Amino acid sequence: MPRITLIEAVTMALAWEMEHDDRVIVLGEDVGVNGGVFRATAGLQQRFGADRVMDTPLAESMISGMAVGMAAQGLRPVAEIQFMGFIYPTVDMMINHAGRLRNRTRGRMHVPMVLRAPFGGGIHAPEHHSESTEAIFAHMPGIRVVVPSSPRRAYGLLLAAIRDPDPVVFLEPKRIYRLQKQEVEDNGEALPLDTCYILREGDDVTIVTWGAMTFETMKAAEELDKEGISAEVIDLATISPMDLDTILESVEKTGRLVIVHEAARTCGVGAEVAAGVAEKGIWDLKAPIVRVTGYDTVMPLFRLEYEYLPSVARIIDGVKKTFED
Amino acid sequence: MYNAALSAVLALGSGPEYQEENLVKTIAEFRIPYLQVLDPAGRVVADLPEFAKDPEELLRMYRLMVLTRTFDTKAINLQRTGKLGTYASCLGHEAAHVGVGAAMRPEDCFAPMYREYGTQFWRGVKMEHVLLYWGGDERGSDFSGPQHDFPWCVPIATQCLHAAGAALAFKLRNEPRCAVSVIGDGGTSQGDFYEALNLAAVRDLPAVFVVVNNKWAISVPLALQTASKTLAQKAIAAGMPGVQVDGNDVIAVRQTMEEALERARSGHGPTLVEAVTYRLSDHTTADDASRYRDKAEVEDGWKIEPMIRIRKYLMDTGAWSEADEAALKADCAQQVDAAVASYLDTPVQPVEAIFDYMYATLPEAMEEQRETARRFLNSGGHH
Repeated sequence: MPRITLIEAVTMALAWEMEHDDRVIVLGEDVGVNGGVFRATAGLQQRFGADRVMDTPLAESMISGMAVGMAAQGLRPVAEIQFMGFIYPTVDMMINHAGRLRNRTRGRMHVPMVLRAPFGGGIHAPEHHSESTEAIFAHMPGIRVVVPSSPRRAYGLLLAAIRDPDPVVFLEPKRIYRLQKQEVEDNGEALPLDTCYILREGDDVTIVTWGAMTFETMKAAEELDKEGISAEVIDLATISPMDLDTILESVEKTGRLVIVHEAARTCGVGAEVAAGVAEKGIWDLKAPIVRVTGYDTVMPLFRLEYEYLPSVARIIDGVKKTFED
Repeated sequence: MYNAALSAVLALGSGPEYQEENLVKTIAEFRIPYLQVLDPAGRVVADLPEFAKDPEELLRMYRLMVLTRTFDTKAINLQRTGKLGTYASCLGHEAAHVGVGAAMRPEDCFAPMYREYGTQFWRGVKMEHVLLYWGGDERGSDFSGPQHDFPWCVPIATQCLHAAGAALAFKLRNEPRCAVSVIGDGGTSQGDFYEALNLAAVRDLPAVFVVVNNKWAISVPLALQTASKTLAQKAIAAGMPGVQVDGNDVIAVRQTMEEALERARSGHGPTLVEAVTYRLSDHTTADDASRYRDKAEVEDGWKIEPMIRIRKYLMDTGAWSEADEAALKADCAQQVDAAVASYLDTPVQPVEAIFDYMYATLPEAMEEQRETARRFLNSGGHH
């Protein structure tokens, strides 16, 4: 079984699905000969040809709009947007069309497309390359938002996203593209969407997070363990629609909830997790909910980016607040 | 050398002073052809295309134009009497719309904006479906006719990209099919329009991009939309042919579309077709065009509108008579009335329908919301 990184798992999933479903077409900027700026599509054009791994002109609305049209006519486009900071021109297509076509036509048409984009900070990238704006899409009906946090989940969730009959925004935490290697069997087995993944079981506090922040959160959980605090870490994985039930079950057990995300706090996905638990599980809570998030500021340029991103220390501090009287 | 050429161009612009000898070198030149077959008085001013030599074929188009106008008048009346929501009229666009439809094959894919009923009726969409849509019911877009046709598209010019995506799908599967999108003159200001043209030309896609230039984008006249002499020339920057056609001449529109579709189908790439017409109606029933345009201009529009010339031609050639006209009008009125009755008799969807088409399978997380909607049925609004 190969030991691979998250980005290699993305490539492996794309290759598997292209091999087994000739409706799958990869398109985007530099995805062809160059294999993608992060190498997510490395070797795919050589293997599947320039018709199935298409370099497009430099226009993000076009990439997403083409994908809508292709998907509505029976293809399974997997479109790449190079960085989250450039995803905004796709918002019109994703909200007005990808997320609505099934509903508008009473199921006559649907949009089985995937919009992939690297997201998040921490790689000393230039301006506009480090944002986490998943909440924009999570707020929008009809679109799934999925974030993998390990090579295995990247492989399984991307396969599920491509096979899903509805549009999926698949956001890849680029800071952990090459951080960790895992054994991933290339067997075409998808992992379920619309469900959380429990990364670590614990009794005293529930920490909900996703993407690259799972790494800081797991480190924080280990530190807390040494101090006698047993943290349960939940990877949200599918940001929308959200699997609140798993979180509620955990909070019922632990009585404490901390939410960790890179994105700005206000109207971030953490607010939805908190509201859901407040609505349905408030009597299980022994302490107020705490959010450890990016600030409500512009993502700073990279000299200060780690001051913006939640650190292990901030997460530990957040957890400890839930133990204060 | 370069600076001299540039200065010459800047000094001369593209006006009459522009002459080859004044420049160092011209590296590209372009032409925008214009086609009109029937002039506003119904005189034949160009060679008749093959289909137009068959009176039955012309009558098919004419009959649908009359039905479309009858429908349009009725739909506006329904809105005025509170039986329909806001409605976008197609008054004056009948030739452009029917001409596009008549040139297409059923297996081609149509990506409309929101007033191309003539095209859609030709393709088998029922009047009931148009009424359902503007009557506030999503089932309107689950229309009869080709199931691969896109529904009405309100976000301006986004459908150009859907058509390009469809054309790419056809090309990749080696299917002899074309995609056709329609936008208005305002739509040509949108980035999505340029992005679609650009990609379609790069990939030689089997697509035809139609611009129905009716001179007005709600209240903004063409002169404030673009400084271009034609909208067809916007194709040039993308690297595809652009042609202008008299959009009030159903023969010219169909002929141009047939040629563009043939070109696309045989692998020679996309074409931009500008059909010049005039919006005789308000933008929609929610608009009052008298606030921003002269009565005289509208009166001029009526002089060149599309029904007169084709009817005149058919009568001049003995293919049509006043009696035929009267019978057709009665028949159209009857068809429209039947469609209206069917629309008005269609019960509202069950409340669950709000949820049932959001995803292939409703996510568990949304079941509670669906239950809430069911529980509070009929509790909202002005009761």
